[in-house]
Amino acid sequence: MWSYVGRRLLLAIPTLLGASIIVFAMVHLAPGDPIAAVMPADASQADIEATRRAYGFDKPLPVQYLYWLGHVVQGDLGRSITTRRPVIQDVRDSLANSLVLALSSSLIAFGLGTAIGLLAAFWQGRTLDKLASAIAVVGVSVPHYWAGIILIIIFSVELNWLPAMGAAAEEGIVEYLRHIALPTVALSLIPLGVITRVVRSAALDILSQEFVLALRAKGLGRRRIFGHVLKNAAPQILTVLGLQFGFQLGGSVLVETVFSWPGTGYLLNLAIFQRDVPVLQGVILVLSTFFVILNLAVDLAQSLVDPRIARQ
Amino acid sequence: MRRVIGPLVGFVLVLVAASSASAAEGTLRIGMTASDIPYTGGQTDNGFEGFRFIGYQIYEPLVNWDLSRSDRLPAIVPALAESWEPRKDDPKKWIFRLRKGVKFHDGSAFNADAVVFTFESVKNRQAPQYDNYGAGQLAARVPSLKSIRKIDDYTVEIETTTPTSFVPYQAIYMVIVSPTQWGKVGKDWRKFAEHPSGTGPFRVTRLVPRERLELEAFKQYWNPKRVPKVDRLILFPMPEATTRVAALRSGQVDWIEAPPPDAIPQIRSAGFQIVTNKYPHNWTHTLRLDKEPWNNKLVRKAANYAIDRVGICKSLLHDTCTPATGVVYKGHPWFGNPKETYEYNPAKAKDLLRQAGFSETKHPAKAVHLISTSGSGQMQPLAMNELVQKNLKDVGIDIDLMPIEWNALTNRFRLGFNIPENQGLNSWNISWAFPDPWSAFGRFFLSKSVPPASLNTMPYLNPTVDKLMDEAERTFDVEKQNGLLAKIHEIVVDDAPWIFIVHDMNPRALSPKVKGFVEPQSWFVDLTSVSVTK
Repeated sequence: MWSYVGRRLLLAIPTLLGASIIVFAMVHLAPGDPIAAVMPADASQADIEATRRAYGFDKPLPVQYLYWLGHVVQGDLGRSITTRRPVIQDVRDSLANSLVLALSSSLIAFGLGTAIGLLAAFWQGRTLDKLASAIAVVGVSVPHYWAGIILIIIFSVELNWLPAMGAAAEEGIVEYLRHIALPTVALSLIPLGVITRVVRSAALDILSQEFVLALRAKGLGRRRIFGHVLKNAAPQILTVLGLQFGFQLGGSVLVETVFSWPGTGYLLNLAIFQRDVPVLQGVILVLSTFFVILNLAVDLAQSLVDPRIARQ
Repeated sequence: MRRVIGPLVGFVLVLVAASSASAAEGTLRIGMTASDIPYTGGQTDNGFEGFRFIGYQIYEPLVNWDLSRSDRLPAIVPALAESWEPRKDDPKKWIFRLRKGVKFHDGSAFNADAVVFTFESVKNRQAPQYDNYGAGQLAARVPSLKSIRKIDDYTVEIETTTPTSFVPYQAIYMVIVSPTQWGKVGKDWRKFAEHPSGTGPFRVTRLVPRERLELEAFKQYWNPKRVPKVDRLILFPMPEATTRVAALRSGQVDWIEAPPPDAIPQIRSAGFQIVTNKYPHNWTHTLRLDKEPWNNKLVRKAANYAIDRVGICKSLLHDTCTPATGVVYKGHPWFGNPKETYEYNPAKAKDLLRQAGFSETKHPAKAVHLISTSGSGQMQPLAMNELVQKNLKDVGIDIDLMPIEWNALTNRFRLGFNIPENQGLNSWNISWAFPDPWSAFGRFFLSKSVPPASLNTMPYLNPTVDKLMDEAERTFDVEKQNGLLAKIHEIVVDDAPWIFIVHDMNPRALSPKVKGFVEPQSWFVDLTSVSVTK
């Protein structure tokens, strides 16, 4: 077990290195550059060259990359070009906000998605099932940033119930919850759709197996059978949940931007437009690390839920 | 299930009820277009929006803009300096007499040492307080300021590279920071930016990166006429225009910058105030003058007569712009009396094009224009450029629009047309500010401003303009100087090195609770006169 975990963690290193090299190369391949981005639009080329030298951006790219890597190994993610704040501080602050948002939306998606999926499977072909399918299709098809804008129009602009943007963490827990409500709903739509569909098909699959027939023959009630089905579908649901949670964490760029939610997605979006290489690399590195750990955690959780997987 | 629903509904009701708790009285909350809080450590970033909300609120320059009126261009008035003048015996040296009794937010006194300290922090690479970042931000705005010397505690002498009357126009961008505070925070500009200290009417109380900057009125502000009416000022970065509108309409902010023109009728009908005014901004196509078709003055004039500027401002932008027939607008002291008034006249445009020897069959006029998809001051670049393209097409000028991202555009622009990747281009569409003579004319229309020195990318080479600018720079009488600049403007309008299109009207939307705001003809605003009623 522990050697397995160790091996998986070691394997993460080349993954992370690869991710950081790709990000680094992409930023430099894309038009625009970090120094020009922070300088006023009317700065002359001569001013820009001077600033570029001052920041060390005139050095060859591999040298710049190795310099960055050397610092990362020592636990230093460098400083943002635009704000000169330590990247680690920015990533830490925004990651906390993103984690909360990813958790809240995953909880909703997981809870509702599992419930709707199971109900749909049990009442296959009935109105409830059709309704569930409709929810699932809408969930996966509606662009979540669009849903976010619609939610803002309804609940912030028209009804004036909930704030349209920001996190306002410093104004207490009630304010924080009020601010997180809309982005949570917007972000939960896609995983809600995905989980509903996966749970429904998994449950249908299990329901058609002979042991369910045997359980029914034994005279078990619906509720008990429900429990058995859930238990058997758990590994599959866990896989999807893990993946979706990862996506929530890294893929919330649009939703966070629409709601100005100060998470990693918002930070990433900002860093992209400012070509803030250290911040970009820092965020990507931390997010990829999370993804790797998350995958590992899901695998471990699966073997806990279903001992057959561990034996393999 | 019912056990869950009850508390849940209650909880939601609590959240909703809490929404009625609005901000404290006397708090002004502003949604900016910047994507992050502009640099708070003195020489700010994010262009003039940074100056508007950070530079000129937390800090002050030696001389300042008088932003109290909307009916005329802001004059330059005393701020941290009470008076200034060039030395009679040496016009390269300017004496600034400083105001006494001014305090920084940290309680220390403002004096000549602070001015010298600030200057060295942006101009002297060897100085311990040299601020790389701030220096980069300021460099292009203070090209002639060479050195500074303390004469006594309340007098400094600024030396320039050449005799120039533009010194006040440059000094106005250098805001004075507190040396004492810099020492207190460990001589680190990043820490200084977290705990800034200037002499401005607002002081920072709290900075949450990417989220908000909270300021309070500085009670010991030296000018009793400009002590802020509000107790608190909160700035939010909101790069998304729709987010800004939603935040305003849901009552999260009282003031937003640049509401999208499409949303203006709806914002207005919901009871909000929309304020606009002309100000030194132009939205143009800068033309390449060493290559066909724009090397021909007749074609350039044809293009200028082909544009339906009123159409762009009325139907496309809901009156948030006015037609531009020159670099500056009519009524501006530098407008002068140009020979050409570029109105919408397709027949004349076609005629001019024919005179230039172009025809759609034998010798078509074709050009490639680099435009941005969005960007600071760029207004609605895609929609506007499609109209420009159609207008030009109607008279027989075929332009290809090449949209790229804003940062990439400014980057390519600075290098000029003569680098390999820009070879195929004939123009770029970038908007400009012209609050001072150098920004209006110097950087674009002088022979010495060809890249990398400055921004004359076209290049526009005209010895008469060079000479007039020299003369204007050496003329210390403002009236006479304005006359010379107007002459330059007349020549430039006649030569038409740009397609002059529109001047932005600087729209902002304010809650009906916001009172006392005067929209000046400026990129900057005076927030001290603003109050917020309950």
